[in-house]
Amino acid sequence: MASQDTLRTVDTGKVSPLNDPKIRGIFFQALLFVFLVGFIYWIIGNTIDNLQRAHIASGFGFLERRAGFDVSDSLISFSSDSTIGRALVVGFLNTLLVSVFGIITASILGFLVGIGRLSTNWLIRKICMIYVEIFRNIPPLLVIFFWYIGVLSVLPQPRESIRMPLGMFLNSRGFYFPKFDWGEHAWLIGLAFLIAIALAVFVKVKATQRQMTTGQQFPVLWTSLALIVGLPALAFLLAGMPLTFEVPKLSTFNLTGGVQIKPEFLSLYLALSFYTAAFIAEIVRAGIMGVPHGQSEASHALGLRPGTTLRLVVVPQAMRIIIPPLTSQYLNLMKNSSLAVAIGYADLVAIGGTVLNQTGQAIEIVAIWMAVYLGLSLLVSLFMNWFNAKMALVER
Amino acid sequence: MQEHDLSFVRVEMINAEAPPRSAQGLGHWLHTNMFASVTDSVLTIVGIAILVLVLPPLVDWLFLSAQWTGTDRSFCATTVQGGVRPDGWSGACWAFVADKFQQFIYGRYPAAERWRVDLVAVMFIALLTPLLIPSVPRKALNALLLFIVFPVVAFVLLLGGWFGLTHVETPLWGGLMVTLILSFVGISVSLPCGVILALGRRSRLPVIKAVCVAFIELVRGVPLVTVLFMASVMLPLFLPPGTYFDKLLRAIVGVAIFASAYMAEVIRGGLQAIPKGQFEGADSLGLTYAQKMRLIILPQAVKLVIPGIVSEFIGLFKDTTLVYVIGMFDLLGSVQQNFSDASWATAQTPMTGLVFAGFIYFVFCAGMSRYSMFMERRLDTGHKR
Repeated sequence: MASQDTLRTVDTGKVSPLNDPKIRGIFFQALLFVFLVGFIYWIIGNTIDNLQRAHIASGFGFLERRAGFDVSDSLISFSSDSTIGRALVVGFLNTLLVSVFGIITASILGFLVGIGRLSTNWLIRKICMIYVEIFRNIPPLLVIFFWYIGVLSVLPQPRESIRMPLGMFLNSRGFYFPKFDWGEHAWLIGLAFLIAIALAVFVKVKATQRQMTTGQQFPVLWTSLALIVGLPALAFLLAGMPLTFEVPKLSTFNLTGGVQIKPEFLSLYLALSFYTAAFIAEIVRAGIMGVPHGQSEASHALGLRPGTTLRLVVVPQAMRIIIPPLTSQYLNLMKNSSLAVAIGYADLVAIGGTVLNQTGQAIEIVAIWMAVYLGLSLLVSLFMNWFNAKMALVER
Repeated sequence: MQEHDLSFVRVEMINAEAPPRSAQGLGHWLHTNMFASVTDSVLTIVGIAILVLVLPPLVDWLFLSAQWTGTDRSFCATTVQGGVRPDGWSGACWAFVADKFQQFIYGRYPAAERWRVDLVAVMFIALLTPLLIPSVPRKALNALLLFIVFPVVAFVLLLGGWFGLTHVETPLWGGLMVTLILSFVGISVSLPCGVILALGRRSRLPVIKAVCVAFIELVRGVPLVTVLFMASVMLPLFLPPGTYFDKLLRAIVGVAIFASAYMAEVIRGGLQAIPKGQFEGADSLGLTYAQKMRLIILPQAVKLVIPGIVSEFIGLFKDTTLVYVIGMFDLLGSVQQNFSDASWATAQTPMTGLVFAGFIYFVFCAGMSRYSMFMERRLDTGHKR
């Protein structure tokens, strides 16, 4: 009994509150909380002090003021008399523009190079490998400078523009191509296009149904293609060909007419595409290699041809591995588009920087940047998560 | 009967036949690797066409037509542009790189004081090399020297102002030196900070977890350029009025904050891959939280994510170029700055400078990634399936 007593006394002996993990946890969290609150209080105090000394009124009222600077590339009408808020919207749209085009081009190029790295062709494999190695190991800013300073700015003057087919021109002021002037009844073509897409979807649904019940296949791709190309073309003819081209014309010092793509946009777009494509290529390669060899062997054994195997067996499984890292590459590309500020393309960061220098509203501008980029990141993540869920393995 | 036994046992092997002519040699290799099918042949021809279009002009530009020596722009400019080269000449202007080489490395660091930078570089290499070679003993002492003693010595040597050394202000620093300083500080700060943030994110304490998640997601959601802008315009606002805050230090703070958040996510990946039994085993042995992490969890977690950590380092090294945006001149910045130098401005100068800078970045980044592959193979102790 004595031994039991001693045991009990040891057991029931209260643990010192110092060693209780719960109390410790609360203590450390309280410590961190107090420290953070104190730190933020100190920062806010200093900031208010500093702002008062510099005579800067905080708040977003400055967005209503006149901008007073011009923006070279703008998707919406903008002059120096417009408000600062509008200038930031212009920047935001430019960021979106270069990101969307960059993502599309980088994906196409990246998939091509990634598949090329797995090719049975030795030469193609090596060329793709060299491409990936080069672009993965140099900074994106250098790639941007390469296009901007190294290539586009040493192109000839407008007078000696490089002529390209279909009325396109290339010179040190950018890339020019004919402008499409849509005439009357042009909306018919758009309508026809929409109808064609709806029909194609309908055909696809019906074809799947038929294949499920009878096992017979229907050439969906060719029908859809014929619909999507054919209907708008028919509408185009019916509407009396309401399309004229405004071809850029070479005058003494400059090109007039047509659409001009500025070298700033062009170099940023090319650099982001080429740089990100190298990373996407590696992701694609890893994804395809991640599909077990047995899958394609089994598919061959079932008598599927190599193309069909790739399309129906390998790629859908590879996509599951590819999509999550691909998402972060898209986000990287979008964030890297802020490098525009180094070559003066008017994206959100460049315009924000200009406003910041003019008005000194550092906190508000940085807050806007953060809100916009975080919002965009969230949107892209949400979309890609939805896509990923759609592609994910459906298990019982 | 035995004489009529026709059974036969071969006692000596006959030599193997040589493979058929179609399955050996160059012809066979070409057939399987380049001309296996019609598509393959077309691809090969396209590939050869690309090489023919790209390689000869490239070699010509880089080496054959390049200008290797010279003292000013006239050596690299055509006669129309006021130089000695014939019209239509195009070649790398290595003379520009040779002339500006010192600036690309040291920035505007005073020439008489550059021995200090050299000394720091020699110390750095002398400390780093044994740390990277696995068989050299005394790793702990070596790491202590490199990450604690060396930064202090380097700081005193580079900045000066003590022990009779002339003070060299940081705006004079530049070139590869600044790139390496930023990367070194970024790497050595981001690794411990990343570990702490990752542990915080995995913590069961809600306040600590919330703070870490907010920090990581906020920093990872915005571009580095905005973080640098923030460090350069908002840090002075946050500090008491009149505090002087060095520009280089602001850039370092920005880069370190950014790199820590990314590192935290890499290390979190490693932590998540450690089986629960390891945590429980450590707990049942009576180890404290710190001991558990230091002795059991982190060594395994970090080993798992070494490729990720190194690719973060490479990313950080490349990202240091962005300090150009807040008006600092790292390697790319100094190269870029010299394009506008009137005594060297020619049509060939920018490309030459960029190729040179690209080559330097390539050597560093490719070196890091090769080393990581080597380490990965060495540390692969067979636990991976």
